[in-house]
Amino acid sequence: MADKVLMKGNEAIAEAAIKAGCRHYFGYPITPQTEIAAYMAKRMPKIGGVFLQAESEISAINMVYGVAGTGMRVMTSSSSPGVSLKQEGISYIAGADLPALIVNVQRGGPGLGGIQPSQSDYFQATKGGGHGDYHLIVLAPASVQEMADMTILSFELAEKYRVPAMLLADGTMGQMMEPVELPEVDYKPTEKDWTVTGTQMKRKHNIVNSLYLLPEELEKTNIERFERYKAIEENEARYESFMMEDAEYCVVAFGIASRVSKNAVIAARNMGIKVGMIRPITLWPFPKKPLAEAAEKVKGFLSVELSMGQMIEDVKLATECKKPVELCNRVGGMIPTPEQVLEAIKKMAGGEK
Amino acid sequence: MTTNTLIAGFGGQGVLFAGKFMAYKGMLEGKEISWLPSYGPEMRGGTANCSVILSDEPIGSPIVSNPDVLIAMNLPSLDKYEDLVVPGGMIFVDSTLIERKVERTDVKVFYIPTTKLAQEIGAPTLANMIMMGKFIKESGAVTHDDMEAALSKVVSAKRADMFEINLKAIDTGYNY
Amino acid sequence: MVVFEKPKSLTDAELHYCPGCTHGIIHRLVAQAIDDLGIEGKTIGVAPVGCAVMAYNYFACDMVEAAHGRAPAVATGLKRAMPENVIFTYQGDGDLASIGMAETVHAATRNENITIIFVNNAIYGMTGGQMAPTSLPGQVTQTSPYGRDVSTAGYPVKVSEMLSTLDGPEFIARVAVNNIKNIKEAQKAIKKAFENQINNKGFSLVEVVSTCPTNWGMTPVDALKWVDEKMIPYYPLGVYKDRSATKEAE
Repeated sequence: MADKVLMKGNEAIAEAAIKAGCRHYFGYPITPQTEIAAYMAKRMPKIGGVFLQAESEISAINMVYGVAGTGMRVMTSSSSPGVSLKQEGISYIAGADLPALIVNVQRGGPGLGGIQPSQSDYFQATKGGGHGDYHLIVLAPASVQEMADMTILSFELAEKYRVPAMLLADGTMGQMMEPVELPEVDYKPTEKDWTVTGTQMKRKHNIVNSLYLLPEELEKTNIERFERYKAIEENEARYESFMMEDAEYCVVAFGIASRVSKNAVIAARNMGIKVGMIRPITLWPFPKKPLAEAAEKVKGFLSVELSMGQMIEDVKLATECKKPVELCNRVGGMIPTPEQVLEAIKKMAGGEK
Repeated sequence: MTTNTLIAGFGGQGVLFAGKFMAYKGMLEGKEISWLPSYGPEMRGGTANCSVILSDEPIGSPIVSNPDVLIAMNLPSLDKYEDLVVPGGMIFVDSTLIERKVERTDVKVFYIPTTKLAQEIGAPTLANMIMMGKFIKESGAVTHDDMEAALSKVVSAKRADMFEINLKAIDTGYNY
Repeated sequence: MVVFEKPKSLTDAELHYCPGCTHGIIHRLVAQAIDDLGIEGKTIGVAPVGCAVMAYNYFACDMVEAAHGRAPAVATGLKRAMPENVIFTYQGDGDLASIGMAETVHAATRNENITIIFVNNAIYGMTGGQMAPTSLPGQVTQTSPYGRDVSTAGYPVKVSEMLSTLDGPEFIARVAVNNIKNIKEAQKAIKKAFENQINNKGFSLVEVVSTCPTNWGMTPVDALKWVDEKMIPYYPLGVYKDRSATKEAE
């Protein structure tokens, strides 16, 4: 086992990506994720990798698209306004069925917004984001350790399903330091039959493409892609269940909101309120099943978010509105306090028991 | 035990550095730790702060809104955070830069002229580490053993010449 | 005896270009260069958005279809990942000189070791004849129905002149394919642009002054004449930058 080191979340992402065999990073400076680029700029040249500061986020994601076509592991990172710029390229990567990792260390929006933590890109990340019918695999780390682990997992899932993956973090997760153990990854690139690496005059040419001028063909590729999405929904939904065994109320929160909520859940338990938490680890696929099951047992849900209420829609869909779903939130770079969440839990439970 | 600490001061006072030292010290003692800095334009010459949590339990929120320990390296930090300290908590004050007294009566207060002491030991940039020495002595959040190990994690090899003076600064605070 | 045959680097797919369009000639020149240099097996082409969008079906090497204007960024990714391979983009004027100007300029200034074939026919062909960044002053298009008014629509972008002011690029040349002599010059320039990449010399761009009889509203023959009479005077042919040649001369 490797020793634990103290690292910023952003640095943990960068080092984990290198451990996972990623040797190509393209980015553009933006707070609060710049440590990722800085780390890559320092490390990549020493290990024969590529760090390139692109002229824009648009260029960076299209460089990613180029490398992704070769089948090599590749990533970019940015924060909310920059990720909006990348949406064109992300849609092309999704449409060409290429694996790649996009990291979004979210900050407040819309527009230029602010630079403090936010989760208000939830819709953009989980519902597609760019044009067309598609999904990204979206993972939401809640610790520096998970920043590392989920970076590695993102590469693996992206490759397994040929679907781009997004690591959806926020300014807090990016900036905070916690001890992290960086796992050794046994990554061996596999031969793929779809890559553009030169025909060597041994095969017909491969084409990386998302253009289908015949509607019948475009329909067919979309339907086939959604069959893969179905498999992802069945196999890859991940979540953490916390104190849910006898829970009468269920907090739903991801990322930094789940960290804050955990304090509140423990405090509420100490007051005798039977509350637990379901923490979605994958935001797409959304962990519908445990929420549907909880809806049969609990009296209500509390969605804790750093947005005006985005994930709450998925909670309502997953629970088919069988029980009330309340929102507890702060936005614009503000973070709910454990006390605020505790108050919301108490209100939902009808006061202290 | 959990100690929620907020270290605050001007950018350039080594607030984040002190927090990192504290975090490493805790980590090397096998504690759960988290370190969260303020970030953005405020760091450039304005105020800076960081939340450090040292705990025997897994850490929930890494944000310290009500600190057990406040380390105030300048007046704006004391003004801003004094009221947020939990009753029974501690406030460490750099009494060279902060002339007023703490108004709270339900907390333990330590006045240390760290900026002055730092100049006296010939390390004018190490008021932060003098404060760390005092913090270690009074808070009991981490032990006084093996300062070298934690220090070696935060003083880079390039600045190895700074190692001894950092140790001296910690000692100065510890023995103040 | 075979006196003329299709380059092997072109597939058998039937080209979709309009009658009289010179894209076909330019495709052949690119494929011929790839054949001559024996690099088909390690070449990867990047197709644009525009009339040449389906170039990926015509070139026999591996191909990537890029988003509008982004081909130089995609090519950068490919080249950085596989420096031993040969990467080229094939782009039109709207793609390269309008929406993709940032990608073009920055690939050039990085001296990215790629080859760019830039087809300038002064119009957006695929979408039906709108004003391009390279449309001539006074040129009538669907979106400049009274002729390009430079007081509101600005002046055409002279890509070769502009890029040759940068320190980065290795080779910038403008050629035309409206007569045999010009086609021969174009062939030389395109081949050199690939050789430069093989010899690790860096960014090489060949601007090819081309035609669009359909959207210019001309017969193919008149279009070729228009190239001589209107296009070339505004876009003079020649080598605008050749760093290695300049160095040797010094």
